Amino acid sequence: METYTFLREMADSWFLLAMLLGFLGLCLWAFRPGSRSTHKDVANSIFRNDDRPADDDPAQTRKEG
Amino acid sequence: MWDYLKLAGLGLVAVCAAIAANYARDLAYQVNALTVMLAAGIAFLWVLRTAGDPRPNLRHEYFDSVIRYGAIATAFWGAVGFLVGVVIALQLAFPQLNFEWAQGYLNFGRLRPLHTSAVIFAFGGNALIMSSFYIVQRTSAARLFGGSLGWFVFWGWQLVIVLAATGYVLGATQGKEYAEPVWYVDILLTAVWVAFLIAFMGTLMRRKEPHIYVANWFLLSMILTVAMLHIVNNAAIPVSIFGSAQVQLYAGVQDAMVQWWYGHNAVGFFLTAGFLGMMYYFVPKQAERPVYSYKLSIIHFWALIFLYIWAGPHHLHYTALPDWASTLGMVFSVILWMPSWGGMINGLMTLSGAWDKLRTDPIIRMMVVSIGFYGMSTFEGPMMSIRAVNSLSHYTDWTIGHVHSGALGWNGMITFGVLYYLVPRLWNREGLYSLKLVSWHFWLATIGIVLYASSMWVTGIMEGLMWREVDANGFLVNAFADTVAAKFPMYVVRALGGLMFLVGALIMCWNLWMTVRAQPARVTQNAVVPAE
Repeated sequence: METYTFLREMADSWFLLAMLLGFLGLCLWAFRPGSRSTHKDVANSIFRNDDRPADDDPAQTRKEG
Repeated sequence: MWDYLKLAGLGLVAVCAAIAANYARDLAYQVNALTVMLAAGIAFLWVLRTAGDPRPNLRHEYFDSVIRYGAIATAFWGAVGFLVGVVIALQLAFPQLNFEWAQGYLNFGRLRPLHTSAVIFAFGGNALIMSSFYIVQRTSAARLFGGSLGWFVFWGWQLVIVLAATGYVLGATQGKEYAEPVWYVDILLTAVWVAFLIAFMGTLMRRKEPHIYVANWFLLSMILTVAMLHIVNNAAIPVSIFGSAQVQLYAGVQDAMVQWWYGHNAVGFFLTAGFLGMMYYFVPKQAERPVYSYKLSIIHFWALIFLYIWAGPHHLHYTALPDWASTLGMVFSVILWMPSWGGMINGLMTLSGAWDKLRTDPIIRMMVVSIGFYGMSTFEGPMMSIRAVNSLSHYTDWTIGHVHSGALGWNGMITFGVLYYLVPRLWNREGLYSLKLVSWHFWLATIGIVLYASSMWVTGIMEGLMWREVDANGFLVNAFADTVAAKFPMYVVRALGGLMFLVGALIMCWNLWMTVRAQPARVTQNAVVPAE
């Protein structure tokens, strides 16, 4: 089979399917149990450490925030 | 030791550039070589004078000096790019402005790529580099990686801009939309971009926060994808190492497809993903509340990544490109509408419960209008990518209007908002010099964009209809010159809209200048943190 034909058939069958499943998997992963508190924490992370880098002990920084 | 290596390297570059200038086969190459020689010479002197200076450990401070330079460069290149835009808009309305004495240097054909590159890569690129450095440090709670690598990225990027701009005026171009810079500028750009990637990734890797905030995902995808696009689309063989001409590796429809794969993803990843990264950080910061839905931002990100890369072929409807490819591009463009609007809703709803800020805070107003324009142009774009609509809109000014509602409305307004946010913080000032001037800027820019976009809709649809109009015998009714004559009033309105946008940007520059000059310093418990 020609390279072009092979790549084209690959692209609109298995590769397309793999990408679709990959995308749906990533979406489902976002909704995994327990993600809510993680996401809440990340979404609020922008309000910490505005003026200087965190100290080397990460637990300390998170308490301040 | 490191300083000696740097000195040797810079000296070598300066000598090689001088030799190249001597053997140059065309004027643009010669001027570029002299510019490189000059830049390497200045860098050499700078390294020489600071060699051996003590290097204090700055790990407990953010690397903000390069961001301050980035803010200045963004405002400066913005004003330059908008000015050139107004000039070429007037040249279209009044062709006499293509002066005889400046033919071959400052006529429309030479200035147009100067305008597009100045606003996209100089204004937009500096805004992205500045914001990336700011965001990645704050969200990682770590100093920028790589010591003075940030300086190399900043000054290297300015050198790329100057080389490209002087090259265009003197005729060095590879004639690819948004990828006009010639081969040696492309190589320099690659080096700068890889340094940018290293600085960004290195900072993420030494982060103190457990998670990588979503704005960084968008910025990282921008850096990675632009690197890939740039390298593939600029694959070319120079005719001579002492000349600016090159031959593309691909030919015919393959070249066209690679070009628009690049061109559309330059819009998708440079002007969309990168600026969405800015949106996801600065809108919540200015609104002082976290993003509306973090889950939606994750889905927004992955949908954008999976879809955007396939949308390029919609630029090549009714060409030699196979039908299946242009249909694929069209379908993916239409699907792309959904994640785009998801992102828009996420940005706008971040203000839910704080809508009153719209009345009191002109910076939030700017950001909200920018997200609104993001929504409008990501609706208009998929619609124009549909083959039947494209048969009317393609090659007309409708396309120009679409691009500008995205670039002026979305990219421009969010960048202005970010500059207003950053400047008082970076220079440690007690708020902006004048909120009233921000309001003036807001209204001038908004009305300017509306004038621009609506005049381009009218003239675009008009010329599209005039081109396809046939009489009872099937003959075309209008000559091309008839459509040009009919467009004159709209061209004047467009130039007026652009002028208003430019005046707004100049007011911003004045306001930011006065903020740094005249505002009292902010008093905080961190006032002891020294400026670098």
